[in-house]
Amino acid sequence: MALAVGLMTTAVFCGLQAMRAKRLLTAALWLAAVSASVAIALYQLGAPDVAVVELSVGAGLVTILFVFAITIAGDEAMDAPPIMPKWASWLLVLLAVGVVGSAIQATPTSSAAAAEASFTAVFWQERGLDILIQIGLIFAGVLGVLNLLTEEDTPTPSPKDKVP
Amino acid sequence: MTQTTVLLLGAVGVLGVGLYGLLRLRNLIQIIVALQILAKAAVLALVVAGKASGHVNLGQSLAVTVIVADTVIAVVGLALAVQVRRRLGTLDVKALATLRG
Repeated sequence: MALAVGLMTTAVFCGLQAMRAKRLLTAALWLAAVSASVAIALYQLGAPDVAVVELSVGAGLVTILFVFAITIAGDEAMDAPPIMPKWASWLLVLLAVGVVGSAIQATPTSSAAAAEASFTAVFWQERGLDILIQIGLIFAGVLGVLNLLTEEDTPTPSPKDKVP
Repeated sequence: MTQTTVLLLGAVGVLGVGLYGLLRLRNLIQIIVALQILAKAAVLALVVAGKASGHVNLGQSLAVTVIVADTVIAVVGLALAVQVRRRLGTLDVKALATLRG
């Protein structure tokens, strides 16, 4: 119980720091800390499979991708004022949190554990469509990585395009 | 207050942080960070909901799908951000208004 409180406090704190960070690299590292906190919380919940995936993909692979993209794009600080006013942002966030919180409160819970197949059976047999969707998504991800790696020159207008 | 309740409240808190970042930030890469935080909240909420309803393995299975989708969103988003930086010289989301098809 105390561990869950600590983990969730850490996750929210690291998330806030990621949002407040001036440097992009710092924000990516705070995001990795959020992932690690969530992964430990998932393990505590009795979901070790998804905790391992979250830790390796969320805190590992995604952080490396962020560092790679920041290296290419540059770690520029942006001091421009936000588009949305602060009061409107807070209002929308509180509204969304209230809606989600009330939906959670209205959801019935069952304390008795239902008879359920193993994770392997559920994942590979009962959720076959999800696997197909994931294959498509991974293909899109590969295309994204290729795009990230492509050194493309800025197109220059050819002489034919010039209007006399 | 049980462990499930605490984790659900934590998921709602993380969701609020991600949404706030999404509304306030102008840097494209920071917006993707905010999206990632939102996805972490969804993953946590799915597993907690699975545990609360007695179907933890179904929750895990759905959470793995969300993690894969979330990673692909990050990859495609970062690729787009890098291309925007190359073409426009900035990561400011307002600069996208100058794009022409």
